[in-house]
Amino acid sequence: MTLCAETLTLALGGATILDSVSATFVPGRVTAVLGPNGAGKSTLLACLAGLRNADSGSVRLGGVARAAVPRRELARRIGFLPQEADVHWDIDVATLVALGRFPHRGRWGDSEVDRAAVARAMSATDCARFAGRIVNTLSGGERARVLLARVLAGEPQWLLADEPLANLDPAHQLDGLDCLRSVARAGAGVVVVLHDLNHAARVADDLLLMRGGRVVAQGPPDAVLTPALIAETYGVATHIGTTPDGQRFIVPTHREP
Amino acid sequence: MRAARFNLLLLLGLVAAMLLSLIAGKVWVPLSAWNQGDPRWLIIMELRAPRTVLAAVVGAGLGLSGAAMQGYLRNPLADPGLFGVSAGAALGAVVSLFFGYTASWFLPAFALTGAAASMALLALLVGRSGSLIVFTLAGVILSSVAGSMTALAISLAPTPFATSQIVTWLMGALTDRSWDDVAIALPIIGVGALLLAMTARALDTLTLGTSAARSMGVDPLRLQLLIVIGVGLCVGASVAAAGIIGFVGLMVPHLVRPFVGHRPSAVLVPSAIGGGLLLVLADSLVRAAPTVSELRLGIAMSMLGGPFFLVLLLRMRRGLA
Repeated sequence: MTLCAETLTLALGGATILDSVSATFVPGRVTAVLGPNGAGKSTLLACLAGLRNADSGSVRLGGVARAAVPRRELARRIGFLPQEADVHWDIDVATLVALGRFPHRGRWGDSEVDRAAVARAMSATDCARFAGRIVNTLSGGERARVLLARVLAGEPQWLLADEPLANLDPAHQLDGLDCLRSVARAGAGVVVVLHDLNHAARVADDLLLMRGGRVVAQGPPDAVLTPALIAETYGVATHIGTTPDGQRFIVPTHREP
Repeated sequence: MRAARFNLLLLLGLVAAMLLSLIAGKVWVPLSAWNQGDPRWLIIMELRAPRTVLAAVVGAGLGLSGAAMQGYLRNPLADPGLFGVSAGAALGAVVSLFFGYTASWFLPAFALTGAAASMALLALLVGRSGSLIVFTLAGVILSSVAGSMTALAISLAPTPFATSQIVTWLMGALTDRSWDDVAIALPIIGVGALLLAMTARALDTLTLGTSAARSMGVDPLRLQLLIVIGVGLCVGASVAAAGIIGFVGLMVPHLVRPFVGHRPSAVLVPSAIGGGLLLVLADSLVRAAPTVSELRLGIAMSMLGGPFFLVLLLRMRRGLA
């Protein structure tokens, strides 16, 4: 069941944020959305998650218009990890992760199924060790894992993550990328907004390159991460190389005029 | 389970406090005098029992509203008074005193009309935005407008008697309340409490911010409507019954959080019970205190509120240092 954006167009305060964006996302694959600041990446994600309505165009979930899917049903299918990472009360890790069951839970508390899903999400993100700690006392890396575990606890068919690796050290960034991959391998579709081209090259099966609210290119990393397309999108010249173990790396060298 | 035990303990405390409240006062009525043959039976049944029940109901409504407001606004300093409804209800009551309509149900009816009008205005001002900032600002505007109208009514009052009646009423008290007052306040606060109980789990998801809550299926407009009407009913009926009694909604959630945790839904029930307990105790105290005329409950609560915030501030400062 695919997730499709069809000619999404959205203007806010006179500025065009999305300009006829069409894209198809496939389950079991990681799609990275790339582009300079203000390209419309986060807005696209918000439209896909049902947090924003486009002025025209539509989002389709398995062929059904998103607007026709009931709110609760949509929340069960699509898990959204926002960029905003504030936790407003001093609650512990287990309590926070259990919030992810909100779209599933019945009126009378949590069931065995809920508890099992929470436990799976915590072990997948390696949070179980500090389940009893207050979230606001954790380090940035631990906190990012807990927030991801909250989304996974809802067992969504789609994981939409908006810059989940911001403010993490390299080790935790690699952990985060691995986690996104394993979510996709388990069958869910992953759409992730990234800023680091190397992260995208490492994690993505498909890339969506955006600029000024438009899609510049869409396809596998080899086809999209070319010096010409990167220059067109970001306005920088790049050096692209390969590490001894065969990983591609992309280094911006200077601004193109 | 710790939370459940704490709630039970609070409930037992409330029952004990209510019993104490029946006994305590200028005239102490020992348990041995609790029979219909004793002349003091009337004091219990017609004066103290309705007053005690009203204190518990009003306290519960205010405590619950405070907990819901703090959860909704994600701000531990939010108070149901912030919202404009208590100022609107007070204005309604003041208008009825201004014109001298003081027959038993006139004043509560006017106060409830004032509360309903400010609720409607709030909903109108906030519109479909669902924004917390707009919501808070609208509440502040309504409070200050209603407050200035109240001041106007005091300054234009036709007789010195009306002026003193208004000023005294505004201080908030439960003196001389009857079963009639209970019959008005109890069902309204009951309905308000039910509406607020329906918000419990949605308030939990707001811990992660508005967009995360929405992505989990929370309808922000429905939530806002439930909060506005629920708090409006609880606070409106409380003000109609007892005048303005501040700080209950602000203090009680703080007092229970160390015992039940910070999750907004876990704070609701103990805040309701704790609010009832606090107000019943405070009302017994002002009644039993050896003052010439009875200390007003609203003033007593405000006098508690100052030191409470001082302690809160000192603790916060220590945490930041």
